[in-house]
Amino acid sequence: MSSALRARGGWANPALFRGLGNASVSIDAATVRKVAHLARLAIPEERVEALTGELNGILGWIEQLQEVDVTGIEPMASAVATALPMREDVVTDGAMPHKVLANAPRAEDGFFVVPKVVE
Amino acid sequence: MTELDVRRARPDQLIQGATGPWEVIIGMEIHAQVASKAKLFSGASAAYGGEPNAHVSLVDAAMPGMLPVINRFCVEQAVRTGLGLNATINLWSRFDRKNYFYPDLPQGYQISQYKDPVVGEGQIEVDLEDGSTFTVRIERIHLEQDAGKSIHDLSPSDTYVDLNRAGVALMEIVSRPDIRSPREAGAFLGKLRQIVRALGTCDGNMDEGSLRADVNVSVRRPGEAFGTRCEIKNVNSMRFVTMAAEYEARRQIDLIEGGGTVRQETRLFDAGTGETRALRSKEDAPDYRYFPDPDLLPLVLEPQWVESIRATLPELPDQKRRRYEEAFGLSAYDARVLSSDVARAAYFEAAAQGRDPKLTANWVTQDLSGYLNKAGLDITQSPVRADQLGGLVGLIADGTISGKIAKDVFARMIETGEDAAVIVEREGLRQVTDTGAIEKVIDDLMAANPDKVAEVREKPKMFGWWVGQVMKASGGKANPAAVNDLLRARLGVEG
Repeated sequence: MSSALRARGGWANPALFRGLGNASVSIDAATVRKVAHLARLAIPEERVEALTGELNGILGWIEQLQEVDVTGIEPMASAVATALPMREDVVTDGAMPHKVLANAPRAEDGFFVVPKVVE
Repeated sequence: MTELDVRRARPDQLIQGATGPWEVIIGMEIHAQVASKAKLFSGASAAYGGEPNAHVSLVDAAMPGMLPVINRFCVEQAVRTGLGLNATINLWSRFDRKNYFYPDLPQGYQISQYKDPVVGEGQIEVDLEDGSTFTVRIERIHLEQDAGKSIHDLSPSDTYVDLNRAGVALMEIVSRPDIRSPREAGAFLGKLRQIVRALGTCDGNMDEGSLRADVNVSVRRPGEAFGTRCEIKNVNSMRFVTMAAEYEARRQIDLIEGGGTVRQETRLFDAGTGETRALRSKEDAPDYRYFPDPDLLPLVLEPQWVESIRATLPELPDQKRRRYEEAFGLSAYDARVLSSDVARAAYFEAAAQGRDPKLTANWVTQDLSGYLNKAGLDITQSPVRADQLGGLVGLIADGTISGKIAKDVFARMIETGEDAAVIVEREGLRQVTDTGAIEKVIDDLMAANPDKVAEVREKPKMFGWWVGQVMKASGGKANPAAVNDLLRARLGVEG
């Protein structure tokens, strides 16, 4: 495997890290609300300010990490140095709709039933 | 950076607007379902259909603690497809999570490949009906999971969800924006379908959704930079791809010429009306927050494994076509028609075994295809087997029957499923090449029609009448060439 391929990009949400080189820029309450919405987390309005501070604290810590000189070091793709285990193309699972549906709040005729979703 | 804008439309491909000609720019993303037995990351069946939620494992249902294990066969098919599209195989790739919430996506994310796909850049040659060809560059192919199916019409207030498809392996094949007309877009999808079917990596069954296309369309005045594009999602036939692109290009041209601007948006194609309609605009575009899937290690391929796959690649449609032209001497048209479909090619080659390839090609592309089209049958369902058609061709080639009688024999073969030789023997259809017998027929006719004998010596056009009479009297079995020669001699006329 080429290190050039491995070295391709870190994976942070660019929106969160934009401008962090400048200590005066940080994420604001609107970004916190947006990220929470994307993750479908209900954040009470009174928690937004505190969370903004906490998240900025975390980002500040990452900022510190980014000061470490990692020139020439391959980014680590995994904590374990093994190859991706693979499976043969054989049907070994399934055929248990009752188990799959067992925890569904609602099911009918073998289907999950959810409130109407229309795009 | 890869140069994106590398092709100019031919003048006849430009669309005329009220203010002048416009060029259409199209790029496509094709989702091809891997022809595997099991899913990409679980051991549940990938078969189409089934009772709802019967092809679902606890991994597919995203139960807590379940972990994905990749299907080696699916990886192999992606590599095979890449090799078939003349593409680079990335020996190091990885899987990412594409995060969004929808009821038919139990994980809350789709496992896909974002930055490091398993297959990199390639290209294919696409041919049009008129015999011209154009090149489309492939940007990448990545592996990803399909989602489940949401059914909105079973209840007015609820959506029903079937996860049988959830987790089935898809190859997303992404083209560069190298397509310059709606017709080319349909042809590109058709060519990709031919290739994946020849490779055996996808069954290409468009009715079952095994192959579906997202079509990116923009327009510009010739010479200008690319315009804003709209993406038409999930178009599931070659004809619909052409129709959708056609409608969308016209819509954008009318919009711009009417003083408006095209907004980047996702649109849906309605096959009923032939129109596209807006689904969501760029401002509402989902934010997928891709990140590497921590449940999966990078996908590292051994170069020897890739080479072993390359060694088993079948002959692809383009190679087949060249062989048909060079080794069999077929016309460019016949070679293209016969090589384009893997089942038709297999039938032709079996029928041509030990026979005249050109004559066999004619029978496959004309009489047989004509019958199958009319009957709505696939070549694999042909009532006449390949070896039987070969037998018929053999009887024509060795002079046992004429080409005209062969058509009747062929019709009988369709009805009875019998071999041509059996029908010819039983019904006494052997061609009469015995000159004595033909001469007797001619002499009788001349004796009965002295006026016509005189007439044909005046008017050479009458010769056709004589040929017709002799053939009729012999029940169509006389060898036409022998009839011609003998008639000329007997009547004393020049042809």
